[in-house]
Amino acid sequence: MDICVCVKRVPGTGSTILLTDDGMNVDTRHLGFTIGPHEECAVEEAVQIVTAHGGSVTVLTAGPPEAEEQLRYALSLGADRGVLIDTGPEELDAEQTASALTQAIRQLESGGSRFDMLLFGNESADASHYQVGIRVACALELPMVGGVKGIQIDEAAGTLDLRRDAAGGIEVYRTPLPAAVAVAEGLNLPRYPSMRGRLRAMKARLDTVEVQLEPGGLRKRGLRRPAEQGSQTVMLGTGPEAADAVADVLEELGVV
Amino acid sequence: MTVLAIVEHDGGVPTAGSLQAVAVAAQVGGTGSAEAVAFGPGAELLRPRLVTAGVARLHVLEHDLLDDYSPETWGESLAQLVGQLRPDGVVAAGTDRGNELMAQAAARAGLPFAANCVAVDGGTGTSPAWQLTRARVGGLLYEDADLTASVKMLSLAAGVEVATAPSAADSHELPVEVFTPELPADFAYSRVVERAGHTTGVTLATAPVVVSGGRGVASAEGFAPLEELAELVGGAVGCSRVATNNGWRPHSDQVGQTGTRIAPDLYIACGISGATQHWVGCMNAKAILAINTDPEAPMVTRATYAVIGDVQDVLPAVIAAVRRRAGASTGRRPALT
Ligand SMILES: Cc1cc2nc3c(=O)[nH]c(=O)nc-3n(C[C@H](O)[C@H](O)[C@H](O)COP(=O)(O)OP(=O)(O)OC[C@H]3O[C@@H](n4cnc5c(N)ncnc54)[C@H](O)[C@@H]3O)c2cc1C
Repeated sequence: MDICVCVKRVPGTGSTILLTDDGMNVDTRHLGFTIGPHEECAVEEAVQIVTAHGGSVTVLTAGPPEAEEQLRYALSLGADRGVLIDTGPEELDAEQTASALTQAIRQLESGGSRFDMLLFGNESADASHYQVGIRVACALELPMVGGVKGIQIDEAAGTLDLRRDAAGGIEVYRTPLPAAVAVAEGLNLPRYPSMRGRLRAMKARLDTVEVQLEPGGLRKRGLRRPAEQGSQTVMLGTGPEAADAVADVLEELGVV
Repeated sequence: MTVLAIVEHDGGVPTAGSLQAVAVAAQVGGTGSAEAVAFGPGAELLRPRLVTAGVARLHVLEHDLLDDYSPETWGESLAQLVGQLRPDGVVAAGTDRGNELMAQAAARAGLPFAANCVAVDGGTGTSPAWQLTRARVGGLLYEDADLTASVKMLSLAAGVEVATAPSAADSHELPVEVFTPELPADFAYSRVVERAGHTTGVTLATAPVVVSGGRGVASAEGFAPLEELAELVGGAVGCSRVATNNGWRPHSDQVGQTGTRIAPDLYIACGISGATQHWVGCMNAKAILAINTDPEAPMVTRATYAVIGDVQDVLPAVIAAVRRRAGASTGRRPALT
């Protein structure tokens, strides 16, 4: 199984989201960066699959040069190869991101070997466009299921069984390979990087791919925070002595 | 103008989100502009409900491969319908399936797609762009954007309230047009092979009270008082990502951006700091009670009520107080042993 996992560098925002003065972006001056939880699960799953079935894990990202940090993080979890598409500091729209990833995957596959599986996070943690993986899959004519929380491989039959939540239950899709899958947190419990993994990732050589991009049809004019209904917190007390005040509130709210 | 609304339905009963999509289609396009699109068996049963919602026409997609949902066959079929009708826009509910279907169709038709909009303005006609606002990060952040395309495809964020279209009281026969897409024999698609319902009972998504724990609960065993209180009030247990990542709780208990977004009557946050990604999952609760050692924790400053203290001290006392009152109100006295 040769698997390509697409990840995105996103800010790890704290208790409030601050915006830049022009309102176009999240102010990241005091923030660390991460890949989203869905994508952490995607990397973990790919590493587990390759450990069980053999093959390789390639991690691919489109973003600023600093996204190298996220590629190295994925390598520290056990991915074999990191590929950066340097698209500069500006946020890409969903069509651009998908186009960048598609072009890069075509280049990586130009040697003739195809990926058996493309893995994506279900939606990016910051822009939440809910479509990048689907666009890449369509461009590459691959079947694609999203929101997946369980992957079972039948290598002999050349199929995947993909479980996801559905209204009031679960549903399982059977998909021919090669395929694309967008996964959701809950798929597995991602490991923490080992010391050995970190060292290996630090020293690894990353590949770069260049692409041509045209703007898509959705143009951001700006970001803003929706109005919050700021209410004063009612302090019910400190420690166990507050229990009666809590019970009063539970009664008032009609929950007991 | 013609604006299509995707109508998800269960045997001819439209979902609430789909009726919102119809309302937005009518609002953006003006009277008589909204047309509905429905898949699968039973779609024609939608007619009476759609007439009163102001829909001018119903397009039913029919094909052997469309009886059960499949992202690729449904997406390709919608792309073909859009290609034939060339509407000005297509609106769907921003459910998991709605967003998946729209993204599939947009990708196949070579169109942009704006997911999870909270406001849409079709503009005056002089500007070809639609101005819209979409929710990012589960609604913590709004993006104002221009959507420029021959066909504007968008979905509506869950919970967006739109004024419903003026109800066309006359019960004229709703014209139905059947569209049969062409799906090549070797078309690669995913098919459902299994469906199962969850066990019934109180679920995180629907519980009236959720007792939720984070790092401050400190261990899997530390959740025992949370479970006890949840049981006592007929609620469910929730948790933060720290609790999930440490293996204290299953991911199905996780509240937040990458967990479940809930709107209970009361959310009790025990030892949870209130990071944005957690807050977005509980901010729609009618009331929030924070129990936290840190009076400055964002969860405390944003909560409706707060108790400052250690969860493991506060919760047992709360449970005892609730039990005392329950005993008193039913006339029972605690046993004298
Ligand atoms: C893209 C992305 C998505 C994410 N999605 C989610 C998500 O869906 N859900 C989610 O929860 N998180 C999510 N996170 C993680 C989130 O950023 C926080 O890290 C997480 O919510 C913190 O969990 P916590 O509040 O339990 O822990 P902490 O932030 O460590 O807070 C612990 C709190 O417990 C209090 N405390 C400590 N001891 C006690 C005690 N004995 N009694 C009472 N109080 C005590 C402390 O004062 C503190 O306020 C996401 C992060 C990213 C980057």
